[in-house]
Amino acid sequence: MGVVLLISFLAPLLVIAVFSVMPQKVFSLLHLPDFSSYKLVFTQGYIKSVVWSFGMALASTVMLFVICWPLAFGMAKVFKGFGLFITIAVVVTLFVSENIRLFGWVLTLMKGGLIEGHLRAWTGLTFEGALYNVPVIVFGLVYAYFPFMLFPLIQGIAMVPDDARQAAADLGASRWQIFYEVDLPLSAPGIVIGSLLSFVLAAGAMAESKLLGGQTVIVIADEIETAFTYGQNWPLGSALSIILILIIGALSIFGINRVNLDLIMGGRRS
Amino acid sequence: MKMSRSARIALTLYGVLAILFLYLPIISVGFASVSKARYLTFPIKRYATKWYGKAIESSTVQDLLWTSLSVALLVTVISMVVGFFGALAFARYQWRFRGVFQKLILLPIFFPQAVLGLALLLWFNALGIIPTWKTAVVAHLVWISPIATLIIAIRAYSFDPSLEEAARDMGASTWIVMKEITGPLLWPGVVSAGLFAFLLSWGNFPLSLFTTGADSTLPEWLYAKMVSGYSPLVPSVGILSIVTSIVLLLSGVIVMWFIRARSETSNAR
Repeated sequence: MGVVLLISFLAPLLVIAVFSVMPQKVFSLLHLPDFSSYKLVFTQGYIKSVVWSFGMALASTVMLFVICWPLAFGMAKVFKGFGLFITIAVVVTLFVSENIRLFGWVLTLMKGGLIEGHLRAWTGLTFEGALYNVPVIVFGLVYAYFPFMLFPLIQGIAMVPDDARQAAADLGASRWQIFYEVDLPLSAPGIVIGSLLSFVLAAGAMAESKLLGGQTVIVIADEIETAFTYGQNWPLGSALSIILILIIGALSIFGINRVNLDLIMGGRRS
Repeated sequence: MKMSRSARIALTLYGVLAILFLYLPIISVGFASVSKARYLTFPIKRYATKWYGKAIESSTVQDLLWTSLSVALLVTVISMVVGFFGALAFARYQWRFRGVFQKLILLPIFFPQAVLGLALLLWFNALGIIPTWKTAVVAHLVWISPIATLIIAIRAYSFDPSLEEAARDMGASTWIVMKEITGPLLWPGVVSAGLFAFLLSWGNFPLSLFTTGADSTLPEWLYAKMVSGYSPLVPSVGILSIVTSIVLLLSGVIVMWFIRARSETSNAR
């Protein structure tokens, strides 16, 4: 298994790394290395895409945390049968291709779509569709990565012992104090995994900005694809990929290292 | 800690809203798929199922279905096997590099899929392999087999290791322990991992985009049609793909239910 990962995951990364220091527009690895691609990245405004991607990823992660917390709390501590129902309902959406669901939002939000079309037919009011701007891209990210925040949060909150919350309440802690001093620190592993997953996935996402955002913002994943396809510039695409990989990789390793994996997956404390 | 009744109701309402939020776009696609007009506008005036007929007759769509199905089935079988042994290494056996292995397994899941797809494309290119749907199987596996491993690992954590030790103490060989104890205990995890593997592969787009070469899967075709000009076939093909998932999901649930029923009767004996 380790060997399989090595040749199918780590080796490709190495190839990208080597390609990123090749001269412009070559298609083989047999050239003298130079760093022209990286120079291009920093002088041609590609950094703007990087900033957009990570900015929107950050915004969607924060929103997801706020939106998912009450629901995760309900599912971990309050609901019984209904919680199972929500779990199944959320998992089923994961099995529908992300493209189809985002396309569904296009149909819902466009001018003449589900919302605007019915509003006009029933009330005569109208508005330009809600598509093709930055907020709708963030909305799409929140939608697409909702389960990736929700489920780790549920796991995290389930790790908070009821006794600890009860004890805090008996000692006169307010609701807010319980949240801040008991719930947050004790469910930290779930919060770390959930935030990391949604942030990382959102930072590398492409379909949201393309389908919902039109060409308002060009995200880093989009730039990478363009460099490889229309641009026919593999070294440039590789350099952009390496920048994305380095940031995401550093964050993931930092996050994964802070979490006890045995514990969060239901193993016993050893 | 007791929760007030009103807070409980508010939370439940919130849950209902969340479900609606998740399903609204799928409902829109559903309505769009039965609209008669070639250029879709809501509210829909006349309903028709003709786009479904056209989609099923189209040979392009049939090819796409076939490619997607082949990829998904292969990915399912391989990731069930890999996931089974991976999960044992992840959760059950204490070995030297377990900590490193656990983290390494998680990395592909955290990795942006589009970049992973590209990296694999370059890797295949460096090896001189021409991408077809078979290379897409490899790409899907890099991402899906770790997920299958995690799902089976959750199951492996929940059973008591002393069961295996007891069997070994009674003189069972490694193979017998695997066949009689570990296998049956992990089986429900393996089935649900297989289900996940199929459905995730069936719906995957970013990995397929770069690694299928001249072949094309359903999600790829849908995306191409969505980006470059609307085709009235898109909603109906989308719904067909969703229906396939649901049918498979239901049959998976029924299989799980049978396994549980059978193990309960054998326990009773």
